[in-house]
Amino acid sequence: MKVAHVNQLLSIVLLPFLNLLTAFIVTTLLFLMVGIDPWEAAKILVKGAFGYEEGIGYTLYYTTNFIFTGLAVAVAFHAGLFNIGGEGQAYIGGLGVGLVALGLGALLPAWLLLPLAMVAAAVFGAAWAAIPAYLQAYRGSHIVITTIMFNFLAASLMVYLLVNVFAEPGQMVPASRAFADSASLWSWQEFMAYWGIEFAASPLNLSIILALICCVMVWLFLWKTRWGYELRTVGANPDAAIYAGINPKRIIMLAMLLSGALAGLVAVNELLGVQHRLLLGFNTGYGFAGIAVALMGRNHPLGVLLAALLFGALYQGGAELAFEIPSVTRDMVVVIQGLIILFSGALEFMYRAPLQRWLLRFAREA
Amino acid sequence: MAACALELIQISKRFGLVKANQDISLCVPAGSIHGIIGENGAGKSSLVNIIYGFYQADSGEIRIQGQPIKIQDSKQAIAAGIGMVHQHFMLVEEFTALENIMLGAEGGLLLHEGEQRVRQRLAELSRLYGLEVPLDTPVNQLAVGVQQRIEILKTLYREARILILDEPTGVLTPQEADELFKILRALKADGVTILLITHKLREIMAITDQVSVMRQGKMVAHRVTAETSMPELAELMVGRKLQQSFERLARPTGELLLQVRDLTVYDRQGWLRVNKVNFHVAAGEVVGIAGVSGNGQTELLQALAGILPLSSGEILFAGQTITAQQPSNPARMRDLGMAHVPEDRHRMGLVLSFAADQSSILGYQRADKYNQGWRLEESVIRHEYAERAEQFDIRPRDPLLGSSHFSGGNQQKIVLAREIGAEPSVLLVGQPTRGVDIGAIEFIHQQLMTMRNEGKGIVLVSVELDEIMRLADRIIVMCDGMITGEVSREEANEQILGLLMANALGVGVNEQPGSSA
Amino acid sequence: MQDAWLWLILSLDATLRVATPLIFAALAGLFSERSGVVDIGLEGKMLVGAFTAATVAAVSDSVWLGLLMALLASVGFALLHGFACITHRGNQVVSGVAINILASGLTVVLGLAWFHQGGSTPPLTQHQRFTAIDLPFAQQLADVPVLGLFYSELLSGHNILVYLALALVPLSWWLLYRTRFGLRLRAVGENPKAVDTAGISVAGLRYRAVIIAGVLCGFAGAYLSTAQNAQFIRDMTAGQGFMALAALIFAKWRPWPILLACLLFGFLDAVAVRLQGVSLPGIGLVPVQLIEALPYILTVILLAGFIGKANPPKAIGLPYVKDR
Repeated sequence: MKVAHVNQLLSIVLLPFLNLLTAFIVTTLLFLMVGIDPWEAAKILVKGAFGYEEGIGYTLYYTTNFIFTGLAVAVAFHAGLFNIGGEGQAYIGGLGVGLVALGLGALLPAWLLLPLAMVAAAVFGAAWAAIPAYLQAYRGSHIVITTIMFNFLAASLMVYLLVNVFAEPGQMVPASRAFADSASLWSWQEFMAYWGIEFAASPLNLSIILALICCVMVWLFLWKTRWGYELRTVGANPDAAIYAGINPKRIIMLAMLLSGALAGLVAVNELLGVQHRLLLGFNTGYGFAGIAVALMGRNHPLGVLLAALLFGALYQGGAELAFEIPSVTRDMVVVIQGLIILFSGALEFMYRAPLQRWLLRFAREA
Repeated sequence: MAACALELIQISKRFGLVKANQDISLCVPAGSIHGIIGENGAGKSSLVNIIYGFYQADSGEIRIQGQPIKIQDSKQAIAAGIGMVHQHFMLVEEFTALENIMLGAEGGLLLHEGEQRVRQRLAELSRLYGLEVPLDTPVNQLAVGVQQRIEILKTLYREARILILDEPTGVLTPQEADELFKILRALKADGVTILLITHKLREIMAITDQVSVMRQGKMVAHRVTAETSMPELAELMVGRKLQQSFERLARPTGELLLQVRDLTVYDRQGWLRVNKVNFHVAAGEVVGIAGVSGNGQTELLQALAGILPLSSGEILFAGQTITAQQPSNPARMRDLGMAHVPEDRHRMGLVLSFAADQSSILGYQRADKYNQGWRLEESVIRHEYAERAEQFDIRPRDPLLGSSHFSGGNQQKIVLAREIGAEPSVLLVGQPTRGVDIGAIEFIHQQLMTMRNEGKGIVLVSVELDEIMRLADRIIVMCDGMITGEVSREEANEQILGLLMANALGVGVNEQPGSSA
Repeated sequence: MQDAWLWLILSLDATLRVATPLIFAALAGLFSERSGVVDIGLEGKMLVGAFTAATVAAVSDSVWLGLLMALLASVGFALLHGFACITHRGNQVVSGVAINILASGLTVVLGLAWFHQGGSTPPLTQHQRFTAIDLPFAQQLADVPVLGLFYSELLSGHNILVYLALALVPLSWWLLYRTRFGLRLRAVGENPKAVDTAGISVAGLRYRAVIIAGVLCGFAGAYLSTAQNAQFIRDMTAGQGFMALAALIFAKWRPWPILLACLLFGFLDAVAVRLQGVSLPGIGLVPVQLIEALPYILTVILLAGFIGKANPPKAIGLPYVKDR
């Protein structure tokens, strides 16, 4: 076994596995600490997530959101940028959907309205990412900080708009009126019924197909086009990028616009697919979860897809768990998410040095 | 000869697979100025960093005043009376000189406790050695020469008796360098032992008592300065390698391909690096640019490649005129037919995390042949890479292997194959065989010669004199950003080049870069 | 006139109350980031501190023990951050994000398991929390025109943590600029190599900075749950850690401007609450959300280089690795 192979084995297989394992071991300890049998909990979780049709529907519905935000983080990451602003970009994406659905809902047929609303989600999300991107590229303002600030700005803006512009008079909850029927994406149940297949009611809707298309598109873009090539070059070696005649500033803009657009698509799933109205906090938690999804999926669309599925299962299974065991809430999933970010992200290299030594010794003896 | 103030016995150090220092032994007599000279990458810096405790030697012994000593960190080095002025100053730029000098030697938990003592002692030291510095101005507002004096004061305040200076004049104007030498002589008169690391021959001749020469991690010679000469040192530094000749088509040079007029370039830190340089390249010739590294060759190459902007002057290439007002960029230069093998393949030439075939289109990713609509033509790229890998004997052949997993020579072949494969009219080549094994060197030289024989123009920058003499038809020598001379292939020998590299003829001494005049 | 004065005094009084946790947390960020370690995790450490303080105070009946444990818990998370960023040279932003998410989940999970109150801790009685301290003669002087109100309403009647936060500003300044530790801390955030070659341990200094940040976030958290409020409520920090981060940047990483920035941000918050639904003559309804968002807007404008220039410590965010 050569050094190169040892390193490849380490970084692609062994380390991610060990990191994830560590996160789950700590989770197990936490379950024991709050007096719950981890094995029992795991069984409820898996059954809740995959055991019956409605559960699967919910799992895949959550997965859809995680794919969008996970891809958003991954695309920016390949350009060497850390986009923490998925939360806000998703929120503003909702504004785009709301404007189109409420403004044109009565005028346009569904086949025109829905694509338009989707484009609006992407464009608004991208626009919200464009400002931090511009500030990073042309004024050197650190994108981590500005995207954090823009999350709060998005929240303030949306509260203002929902309370003062969209809210219906006499309503207690700040939310817009319901969208026109033409602005409603088929649920999975309806979709399957069209083909004559029965499927239980759930929030799962056609957005998941959009999410899968996005996975493929991101993969094609990053690895099969010259723009993706240039984007990855900037992220991997900015000096080489300049040598190769690539303008890093434009790549920063490009990467963040794409990232913001992907995050904005969360609004498609949530608003067009499920809620059918614009409302407060529909985005909560998905942007941050995207970081965990991307880190765990090693910023590859396929990895993101798998990680998103895991997180979707955790979300849905976690809800089931909270239902079955009153002393548990779905926040357990948030903890797991944090642990994954910690071990797969911040402590990514914890096992590398000792493992490398051990493997090399093994390799030499063999 | 006096006893050794500092003695190294069989010091060895490796970084991964690189042997930075091999069995280095050295005696620096007390109260003398001792020079260590060598090319970039000869292992000078890692050696002095071992003495200063910044790195640990793998084996060997250090003795101070005859006593064996273990130096595990800089703290122990300082305690042993060693002070070091690093090539890149170790100053906190936002701090004042006083704060910088106090850092690590504050003399109490509260700053004001030690402050008076520091001020007093510094006043004495400045008087003794002529080391005036303003103590209360932030360092980033001070000239580089003053910053260096602060570094020296830092070591003296810590009672250093052995002072190491790593490339101290690299950032100084000649006037400032003269000031520095005055200070060093004063220190020597006071019994301080000085170890001077440099790659500039003139400095060695001007100030040292003895000199040791390093080459490729080894100590190759010790000389008493008064008994040696610049040409001898230049030869020792560069070393000789066997020269096999190869086919060099004797043919008249063709049309003029590239013309450079009064080219002036500043680097990103704002230092003048290329100073009114004029030369041209014709079809079918290799123009070698010789010089000790760090004398503007890097920036010249980058300016030609469109990476660094011109400050003044012009580049005439492929019917285009490039000036400060009409700048170019790397993509356009490639389109015009200029290819570039950069000096540092890890920093610029490759993306180490990319697969080899991906690295092999770097800079040409937009070329028509690689793109079909929106798609990169993977099969074309892989197929072409396979051909090149065959032609250039890149090993292993695997196009999917990460670029970082190839040896230095094979990495360089990936870069070279890419740039030659672009069929440029002019090829810029920087240090083509740095960190490359002997077999690959032969191959790379052969490739360059073939290009020349086919009627292309080549600009070859190298610090390896024998490489330049072997390949170049004409040799231009640079020193301090200026061209100090040009010799034809027939006239060239190491003596002449050595003299020109040291600017012994004194070209442009009245208008040195960076001087206020 | 009298009314306007009272309104102002009461607003400033509220400002101080809102600014206190910001001051603690921003100073925490100051120490960490001045040493070169980015601290996105202020929010999470505050949350952990708040949860621990309320939990221990409720169980042990001692607010002081609650405070102590809050400090320890927060330092525990700070050490985790240090372990990831300093020892293992992990990505500091990722580590901070992990700590925030971990804290947000863990506090609710544990709270629910221990107290079964939807993630909250039991309400604290008066003596289980930090209560207002009346300064001498506050009552007697209340009727003195103008200044009486100032003294009795604004200066007097806060809990001890408010006074501590205010005192910590000059103390931090003194520590940073007048002591050996401060000199070295500032140096390691600017040029760790200079510190290393001066014979000082870079990791040691950074760990100390991170621990101080933990302690200060512990105070901020304890203030939220045992002084400003009387129990822990899920996600009760509600972005104040990020607000503190904004204040830190807005103050360009300096102690006295941090105080001013926190007071400004606190004032905006206090005013926003007071202007809710109020129609000002000539302006009309003021969008409260705009005032609340101002701190973030100001910080972004500053970062963009339009108000002076933010000069973060040079080595911030970069793990220290010797060459090669």
